[in-house]
Amino acid sequence: MDRRKSLKVMVLGTVSSGLMLEACKTEDKKAILKKAPAKPTAEKHPGLMKEEVKKLEEDNSYTYFTSHEMQTITILCDIIIPKDRVSGSASDAKVPDFIEFIVKDQPDNKVPMRGGLRWLDMQCLNRYQNSFAECNSKQQMEIVDEIAWPKKAKPEMKQGVTFFNLMRNLTATGFYTSEIGVKDVGYKGNTPNSWNGVPDDVLKQYGLAYTPKELKECISF
Amino acid sequence: MGNFQVKVQPKKYDAIIVGSGAGGGMAAYVLANAGLKVCLIEAGPNFNPAVDSKQLQNPWESPRRGASTKYRPFGDFDGCYWGWEIDGEPYTNAKGSNWEWWRARMVGGRTNHWGRISLRFGPDDFRRKSIDGLGDNWPIGYDDVKPYYDKIDRLLGIFGTNENIKSAPDGIFLPPPKPRLHELMIKKAATGIGIPVIPSRLSILTKKINDTRGQCFYCAQCGRSCKIFADFSSSSALVLPAIATGNVDLVVNAMAREVLTNKDGLAIGVSYVNKDDMQEYQVMGRTVILGASACESARLLLNSKSPRHPNGLANSSDVVGKYLHDSTGADMGGIIPELFDRKRYNEDGVGGMHVYTPWWLDNKKLDFPRGYHIEYGGGFGMPLYGFQWGIENLNGTYKVKGKQKEAGGYGASLKEDYRYFFGSHVGMAGRGETVARRDNYCEIDPTTVDVYGIPVLRFHTKYSDYEIKQAKHMKETFSEILHAMGAVITWGGDDGPEDNYGLHAPGNIIHEAGTVRMGDDPKQSALNKYAQAHDCKNLFNVDGGMFVSQGDKNITWTILALSMRTSEYIVDQLKKNNI
Repeated sequence: MDRRKSLKVMVLGTVSSGLMLEACKTEDKKAILKKAPAKPTAEKHPGLMKEEVKKLEEDNSYTYFTSHEMQTITILCDIIIPKDRVSGSASDAKVPDFIEFIVKDQPDNKVPMRGGLRWLDMQCLNRYQNSFAECNSKQQMEIVDEIAWPKKAKPEMKQGVTFFNLMRNLTATGFYTSEIGVKDVGYKGNTPNSWNGVPDDVLKQYGLAYTPKELKECISF
Repeated sequence: MGNFQVKVQPKKYDAIIVGSGAGGGMAAYVLANAGLKVCLIEAGPNFNPAVDSKQLQNPWESPRRGASTKYRPFGDFDGCYWGWEIDGEPYTNAKGSNWEWWRARMVGGRTNHWGRISLRFGPDDFRRKSIDGLGDNWPIGYDDVKPYYDKIDRLLGIFGTNENIKSAPDGIFLPPPKPRLHELMIKKAATGIGIPVIPSRLSILTKKINDTRGQCFYCAQCGRSCKIFADFSSSSALVLPAIATGNVDLVVNAMAREVLTNKDGLAIGVSYVNKDDMQEYQVMGRTVILGASACESARLLLNSKSPRHPNGLANSSDVVGKYLHDSTGADMGGIIPELFDRKRYNEDGVGGMHVYTPWWLDNKKLDFPRGYHIEYGGGFGMPLYGFQWGIENLNGTYKVKGKQKEAGGYGASLKEDYRYFFGSHVGMAGRGETVARRDNYCEIDPTTVDVYGIPVLRFHTKYSDYEIKQAKHMKETFSEILHAMGAVITWGGDDGPEDNYGLHAPGNIIHEAGTVRMGDDPKQSALNKYAQAHDCKNLFNVDGGMFVSQGDKNITWTILALSMRTSEYIVDQLKKNNI
């Protein structure tokens, strides 16, 4: 299908939009790509500026965390987001890999993460004569419980609380933006559809209703 | 640079247009369809939403999960290249000034990602000085612009409803989408305390309007730019159709350096540097049309000095760069406990709010002179980088499924909290009118050039009590609405006189205007009422630069209407050989 024809398919209407996008995934899309004038970057990264491609390549050109640090990150991730009755764990969703990437992409996180991991290891070394990763799970949970509850943590543990807050937020952001996490939290969008308003049972639940004016003026399907 | 020389393109055009955003794109569209030969110069790379947009990508398809970078400050999926900073292209602020300058570099400019909020000026927005004695009146009125608003409503498509509100004139609207759940709650609460909430007016196609653009399929991602052209972007709705006429040569990665003039002071072309080969080029034409953005167009004029235009081109009045102003902005948000543990369904809707609040009060009874409108957000957004960041500040404050928990935590209980709070957030933002003042301005920084050797802008901007008091009023209003709907304020509630009530820095709202303003008096304005330079009859401006003031309206729809009006004037004048 040439570009003009594919445009025609596109404008048939809402119902066909999904079909169009499906169709465009295959050969038609390739045709469109070929005819696109002066693409900003190579095929590998469609739509990215060359500066963005360079930044991605830089981020991916080296490993920041040591294997020991990654081991600790993985344990902490799975304490924060374990497998439960609804979904898998943070490491099932490859959250540690995301954390490795994002601290390189947002270098301000590098020192708080590396320093926080070392702070945790030093606490464990003093208490249990082992690094956090080498502690048994009872010991690990003992130290985690001292830094996981910001309002009741002891003042001398505040640096640990700051680190654990960062770990919690990075882990959750990595998890809930993964395929597993999006499904878990129940986000239903990002797909062609016809918005026909709030479902009736939900309107009823909240004691709300569309006015006759809205029903008359707004688009309905 | 051993062979450093300027390459002069042999073809002579009817018009050289600088910038391919709303203003430049519209000019290219009108001129090309009138059969004129156009050279369209764009400082960034090509961008075709059908190919280059990230629409419908899932969060995990971005390695940074949609987090922002300097290349895309609104996030990795956003449809705008560059923004608050550009490698190699600095700008400066004078002491005490804090202008924030958004610059897009791409075909279509910032229209690829804008909010599509398309508000006509009301009749009073052209004559504020007559009402409150501040600023200046426009040389034109609503009746001059209305036919063009009508034309672009039909040509580009916009949804909304006719409400017979003087400050928000009726238009030619497609049907709007029904409000989402939190929007119904906002509407109920706000109208209950006397604040109107009406369907928003966005340039998104809820119905098909022609054979080249699709119909909205409700993915909420207009900010990524629509692959089927169901939202208005200059790239898809103006530049591509203009090129299809065969009358437009598009030159990308071309940074305009100077408008060239002859000994009579008339514009003869534009010089630019090609960012790819770093060579210098010149293109020649019968007219030059600037649509580079208010500040870039002012910069170009100020950098185009000649014996006939010693103060910069079109600047014998000395107003170029002056009267720079942006919309004001302040915002607040919270959570709606009633929405905890909501039933899940797809409520993406269109890319942006389905309802908004037009200005509803009389400034004569208030302690600030100009109004604002309110934009709303909330609901089940796609989880992206930063999803429920800071849950430790939330989950110890509210009972989850009837149970009071300790803040922070981990494990299965924490996962329950994320599910419980999802979709309960609500936010609101005021966008108001600033009084345009001569002493808010940009000028050429005498000491600094960009990587291309082009002198850069230095800004001098500061808000006055007018804007600060307006921000205070916004905050009070937001607080009342949130309170009335049973929401709890979680951010934006702590601002006070010490931080101007959360008033955003000038420039931050990305509605720059006023730097090349129009007027009847050549001593007080750079352009006449057709946006034609008083000092140079074949030079025009079609971006926010020509604005005298901007009401409390997002400026794009008026840029489009005025660019169309000026472009039709140019066609007429060229045909009559007047320019």
